[in-house]
Amino acid sequence: MSTTDHSRPGSAGGADEPGQLHGGPDDDYSPEQLAAMDRTELDRLGARYDGVEVLHVEPVAPPGSPLDKRNTRQVTLWFALAALFAVAFVVVYAGSGWFLPSWMWSTGSSTWSALYTPMLGALFGLSMISIGIGLVLYVKKLLPHETAVQDKHDGSHFDRVTTGATLMGGLDASGLPRRKLLAGTLGLLGLAFGAMVIAPLGGFIKNPNKGNPLGTTPWADGLRLLRDDGTPVRPGDQVAGSLATVFPAVPGGNKAYDAAVMLIRLRPEQVAALVIPPGQEDFGYGDYVAYSKICTHAGCPVSLYEQETSRILCPCHQSQFDVTDGAKPVFGPATRPLPQLPITVDDEGYFIARGDFPEPVGPSYWNIGRVS
Amino acid sequence: MATNTVPGPRVGQPTSLAGKAAFEVDDRLIVAGPVRRTLNKVFPDHWSFLLGEIALYSFIVLLLSGTYLTFFYDASMKEVVYDGTYAPLRGIEMSAAYESTLNISFDVRGGLLMRQMHHWAALLFVASIVVHLLRIFFTGAFRRPRETNWFIGITLLVLAMLEGFAGYTLPDDLLSGGGLRIFSAVFLSIPVIGTWVYFTVFGGDFPGEVIIGRLYILHVLIIPAILLALIALHLLILVKQKHTQFPGAGRTEHNVVGNRLFPTFAAKATGLLFIVFGLCAGLGGLVQINPIWLLGPYNPAQVTAGSQPDWYIGFVDGGARIFPPWEIVLWGYHIPPVFWGALGLPGLMFGALAIYPVLERVLTKDTASHHLLQRPRDVPVRTSLGAMAITAYVVLWISGGNDLIADKFDLSLNAMIWFGRIGFLLLPPIAYWATYRICIGLERHDREVLEHGIETGVIRRLPSGEFIEVHQPLGPVDAHGHGELAYGGASVPKKMNQVGGARRAIRGFFTPIEEPAEVQRQAEVEARGLESEQASRELTGSGRPSEGGRPSEGGRPSEGGRPQDPRD
Ligand code: HEM
Ligand code: FES
Repeated sequence: MSTTDHSRPGSAGGADEPGQLHGGPDDDYSPEQLAAMDRTELDRLGARYDGVEVLHVEPVAPPGSPLDKRNTRQVTLWFALAALFAVAFVVVYAGSGWFLPSWMWSTGSSTWSALYTPMLGALFGLSMISIGIGLVLYVKKLLPHETAVQDKHDGSHFDRVTTGATLMGGLDASGLPRRKLLAGTLGLLGLAFGAMVIAPLGGFIKNPNKGNPLGTTPWADGLRLLRDDGTPVRPGDQVAGSLATVFPAVPGGNKAYDAAVMLIRLRPEQVAALVIPPGQEDFGYGDYVAYSKICTHAGCPVSLYEQETSRILCPCHQSQFDVTDGAKPVFGPATRPLPQLPITVDDEGYFIARGDFPEPVGPSYWNIGRVS
Repeated sequence: MATNTVPGPRVGQPTSLAGKAAFEVDDRLIVAGPVRRTLNKVFPDHWSFLLGEIALYSFIVLLLSGTYLTFFYDASMKEVVYDGTYAPLRGIEMSAAYESTLNISFDVRGGLLMRQMHHWAALLFVASIVVHLLRIFFTGAFRRPRETNWFIGITLLVLAMLEGFAGYTLPDDLLSGGGLRIFSAVFLSIPVIGTWVYFTVFGGDFPGEVIIGRLYILHVLIIPAILLALIALHLLILVKQKHTQFPGAGRTEHNVVGNRLFPTFAAKATGLLFIVFGLCAGLGGLVQINPIWLLGPYNPAQVTAGSQPDWYIGFVDGGARIFPPWEIVLWGYHIPPVFWGALGLPGLMFGALAIYPVLERVLTKDTASHHLLQRPRDVPVRTSLGAMAITAYVVLWISGGNDLIADKFDLSLNAMIWFGRIGFLLLPPIAYWATYRICIGLERHDREVLEHGIETGVIRRLPSGEFIEVHQPLGPVDAHGHGELAYGGASVPKKMNQVGGARRAIRGFFTPIEEPAEVQRQAEVEARGLESEQASRELTGSGRPSEGGRPSEGGRPSEGGRPQDPRD
């Protein structure tokens, strides 16, 4: 017999009638047999096919009994509450600013607007939680408590062996293990293709070593020290023992992440105790010193200046720097002193920088000691 | 096989409209079989199995509330001048991202609720993952064959934390900008490639103009997509492998005892979904979180004291705080301490978590498959290792807030740092030792009760004048009156009313809310149910202490057991 049936073009032959429907059970149970079973029997039958046995069913309160009525009432109540909260939510949400006071918040506005978000959250939450409680109570009070047990199977040996045969059969058929050159080429292709696909990620890469972006800041010789509002500072503006944050007089100077400087006017006893790092003897001006505000640990702006101890504290991880000792770290995780900015005063009597910091500002990195 | 040819006969065909429709659907999709298998799937019934569900549901809350936020949020670092509802910030220069977050808070009706709900759900999400993980760890649910899911779980936790961090950065307020700045220093600290990573991530020097946009696409598309795929895989594997269960009556390595998916489990799970959702909404409305308008836009020269990251980043912060100022310098190349504190410690922690199942398998040579859970006391070494890890984590976490603690309790900040440094080294071994002792003690007590019975509190005087306490054996006893039950890994009842020695208490806080007669009736029904069950069911002889218990009691097989005659 030929394998194709020429009376039906496109057919690969074989009988033109459906085989068994979906396997197993349909052969074991005829529609008539199934029709003769009641719903529970059918349920249990199906469950058995899924490896599930219902061990024990604890019935609920008999329908119509006082207990049943009370349970039903309870569950209904929670769902009714949920509906009420939902309606209230919609009323508050949509009604504010219409027939209720406005929800928009502004200084000195009504308490309604201050309560708006809490009300919405409470109503939304209560509605959802009521639904949740209603459902849980439904299970506990109105559904029969059923205990079922389901079989747990390990992998099937049959499945493993047959699947493995199919896979390896395919590999055999491809002849790849034999066709060494082809297989090798495919391997190389895989590598090349992978490289091609990830190559466009190169668009992300930026060279950190072009110029010395990490080692330089906007500070330069002759730049005035400006306050955040752009006004220049002159000696005498600050009382001894105080600290001012200043920025370089360039556009965006007060937004640059590495430019903030603390201009500190030392008290006489601090000046007496001052230890100046070698090479930086002329960095200060009178009783003024200027240090980078950027913590050498992880880059937070250090900001809490404790006059009595001459320490500057970084609020992020509590590194402490001693302003009378070259802003060296004296406690906490920071390892490098805050770089000092060389300052002087220009012809008009305002503070200016005499150049950039002598070393990189902010957190350390791999080649911090190599560049610059 | 042509026994069952065309579905000609009308027998068994549905008559109701719903039935007909269902048959029509199945004619086309052939789904009746898989649907039935799904509905019949049995889920064990124990509260600790809800933890993973809580994580799943908070993720759903995040997806929904987050999608809402995307319609109003503008991930741009363009400078704008604020001119919105919130008067104190009017006229201030800020990024468009910060402005749009302010607008969500003040100008979108219900927007603040959504923002706060999103944030609370994020905290709950990570928290429930962590507690879920601890449950898996301490009960040994990660053992073969579930190592894959353990590993996926760890990946989910790491991604959830990164996702949370990215989200936290989006508002671009002072707090989040400060956090990002520290993050940038962490990138910078990586040996060899640090500066390259830093420039690549920020598209140049910090902060640049692209980072918010990049974090945004990570936050709303890439990480959620990976999370979603991994969660789907996690659940698929779970369904394939089926749940673990605690040992108990009728529970074996080869079955699952509990409720079928439909209707019981489905209704309960949906209930929990609503409760989690409601909780997030309630918190989001009632408890303010991340009031970004108070501190203003990010400014690299400003910082606030006592600023705190979200709770799950706290331990990284703590690590950065207590790590000593050791900068390694080799031939002019630097490895700063941030690297160890903020990358090394978390890396170590997650690395250890990830390989733990393999490690335990190799060290204990236990390569068998396990589907029954262990009680933590029965695996003292693992439990103590867990306690040790938790202690180390808590020390780091407390150190992350040490400035607040120092401030509140008027302690020296430096003392808090030293507490963190010494505590991190000293407390974990102590925790190990203490936990080990407790586990052994609990184990011994279990064995003792099995051997000698429950203390009844009844004192009897023997003819010899000696006083003894009457013990209630839990099962058959040998000639010497010693219990013959072996310990089977399930909880051992230790009180008389756990074995039905007393009627359970009538419920009610101020006044009884139950009829004593009704309680009595229930008790009788239960007892009858037990007897019939015991008669009909062949028990698997795994030596559980109270095999008479109904399996439905979810981890408390003791409650069903009936007392035997007391003995002296
Ligand atoms: C899966 C875990 C997620 C976590 C842990 C998470 C966490 C966060 C956090 C902590 C914030 C800061 C909220 C604040 O302003 O206080 C945030 C913001 C945001 N999230 Fe998510 N989120 C997640 C998923 C999503 C998803 C799936 C979307 C959208 C599809 C999304 C969209 C947003 C948007 C647009 C913002 C910025 C608006 C704002 O800050 O108010 N999030 N996220
Ligand atoms: S950033 Fe200053 S101590 Fe970490």
